Amino acid sequence: MRAALMGIYTLWLRDVTRFLRDRPRIISSAAQPLLWLFVLGLGLSTAFVRGGSPQYLRFIYPGIIAMSVLFTSIFSAISIIWDREFGFLKEVLVAPIPRWSVAIGRALGGSTVAVLQGAIILLFAPVVKVSFSVPQLIFAFIVMFMIAFSMTSFGILVAARMQTHEGFQMIMNFLLLPMFFLSGAMFPTNRGLPIWMNALVHIDPLSYGVDALREILVGMGRFSLFLDLGVIILFGTVMLSVGAYYFEKTE
Amino acid sequence: MKYKITNYWQGSKTIIEVDELKKEYNGLTAVKGVSFDVGRGEIFGFLGPNGAGKTTTISMLCTLLRPTAGHATVNGFDVARDKLAVRRSIGLVFQDPSLDERLTAVENLRFHAMIYGVPKADRDKRIPVVLELVELEGRQNDLVRTFSGGMKRRLELARGLLHQPKMLFLDEPTLGLDPQTRHHIWEYVHQLKIEEGLSIFLTTHYMDEAENCDRVAIIDHGQLIAMDTPENLKEEIGGEVIMLSTRDNRAAADEIQNKFALKAVEVNGELSLQVADGNHFMPRLIKGLETEVASISLRKPTLEDVFLKLTGRRIRDEKIEGIEQERTRRRQRGGRKV
Ligand SMILES: Nc1ncnc2c1ncn2[C@@H]1O[C@H](COP(=O)(O)OP(=O)(O)O)[C@@H](O)[C@H]1O
Ligand SMILES: [Mg+2]
Repeated sequence: MRAALMGIYTLWLRDVTRFLRDRPRIISSAAQPLLWLFVLGLGLSTAFVRGGSPQYLRFIYPGIIAMSVLFTSIFSAISIIWDREFGFLKEVLVAPIPRWSVAIGRALGGSTVAVLQGAIILLFAPVVKVSFSVPQLIFAFIVMFMIAFSMTSFGILVAARMQTHEGFQMIMNFLLLPMFFLSGAMFPTNRGLPIWMNALVHIDPLSYGVDALREILVGMGRFSLFLDLGVIILFGTVMLSVGAYYFEKTE
Repeated sequence: MKYKITNYWQGSKTIIEVDELKKEYNGLTAVKGVSFDVGRGEIFGFLGPNGAGKTTTISMLCTLLRPTAGHATVNGFDVARDKLAVRRSIGLVFQDPSLDERLTAVENLRFHAMIYGVPKADRDKRIPVVLELVELEGRQNDLVRTFSGGMKRRLELARGLLHQPKMLFLDEPTLGLDPQTRHHIWEYVHQLKIEEGLSIFLTTHYMDEAENCDRVAIIDHGQLIAMDTPENLKEEIGGEVIMLSTRDNRAAADEIQNKFALKAVEVNGELSLQVADGNHFMPRLIKGLETEVASISLRKPTLEDVFLKLTGRRIRDEKIEGIEQERTRRRQRGGRKV
């Protein structure tokens, strides 16, 4: 057990060390969501109201935070495949720590990095005229972490099954953007959608993450917070368990 | 195929015991049931061409691959059942690079020590020691990305030793290194054996390197074909080796077979034959041959000759071929498997 905890801590520390060292990456990964928020968001909002609707910006703001968290989480999970290609994974797999602790350590490391990346977007709250109290902020961080953890775990599961990063990218292209679009990050999903799309919205685990974040930050949620959190936690747990199982099997 | 094992190390305490260990990769049997022991404090070498099954054997002993059949213990622990205990007992330098290049040298070492459960106080003491051993103290805070191939290899060696394992596995530790670094690494290995009482299992396809081992097992196509001290293996050959190049090697080989009842093997355009007393035989050979001799030389047998005698092939010829196969395999699978 001690060995497992140390393994988790070490792998977490490695991810965080590497993240903090790579300033250009931090900036470039923050740039994209900000572009979506201010350029796309402002542009789209003028379609409804001349000069742009502050309401729309407030609406997509939590969605953009979720986007930042989602993309960083998946990016962290890819690094497992890089580790495999550069051989470092072998060093970890032959260490005297259980494999599941490797999966957990990576998931926690990736989530931490994703939350930090999401926090950068939080700094822009005043610009979109969103304000919140300290408890709200803490709650937001918890939800961000839950989203990050479940998405990193999902990425780890895919990465554990993939031999190459091309394969990973292919899978992710099929899943990542649809998951983001259907999550309600950019537009309301509670009325007027075709039935098939509505069904997909409900299947998309990210819908619940975005919804929780939105409820907490700007109070525009559609599901109950309990449902939101329940789904995210369940999804994350299942993904991590299956991912850890495949890790265990890796030769 | 001849199968000859001399059990030389009998009586000494063993750290590795391997019994009919076998590994199949869907359809291909990479290791076909090998058995051997390694004594404590011994440097034991696996010598064989590329694709012989060396890495597969090491991977099974290190618990990275599950044996298809047979069993093995390392430091008294079963490699299939007691994985964590085996892993705690061993240090490992993989054939392929395995450092985190985005971390510094010292970070790579620190994280290694942490996952091996080395207490912080010991960690702080050991890291400078191993860095000094491989002469990387000056570069410890540089990113590994900036290191040369030889420096990375040395850092991997330092990392493998950091947690003071009982048993060190080195898979082609000097592959692709310049002669000076190779020499260096061998110095460490001997030093470790003497100073730390470490047992070492290593693989190589360099003949001259195998000479450094206490005992050598020769592996070919997944089977052990000989196992003994380098001296004894060479003694088996007997006498000396004559290297001969002629106008028509095939004709000359036939002649040698008919006139002297000796078997000459052609490798890389030269005939090689083993004789008891080279100095006296050479003049007779030249006089006896009708085929014109272009050059002739005499030397002591090497492990290369042992391999040649046992398999009719040379190790190094196959190296190029083997690397080609390896590349194709990787490309087909589209990457490197763990
Ligand atoms: N993961 C794998 N899947 C399928 N075949 C493999 C795999 N790894 C090795 N092999 C095959 O097993 C044989 C032995 O390989 P290996 O143990 O790497 O040899 P060596 O280390 O002596 O060069 C080779 O024919 C190689 O192609
Ligand atoms: Mg090998």
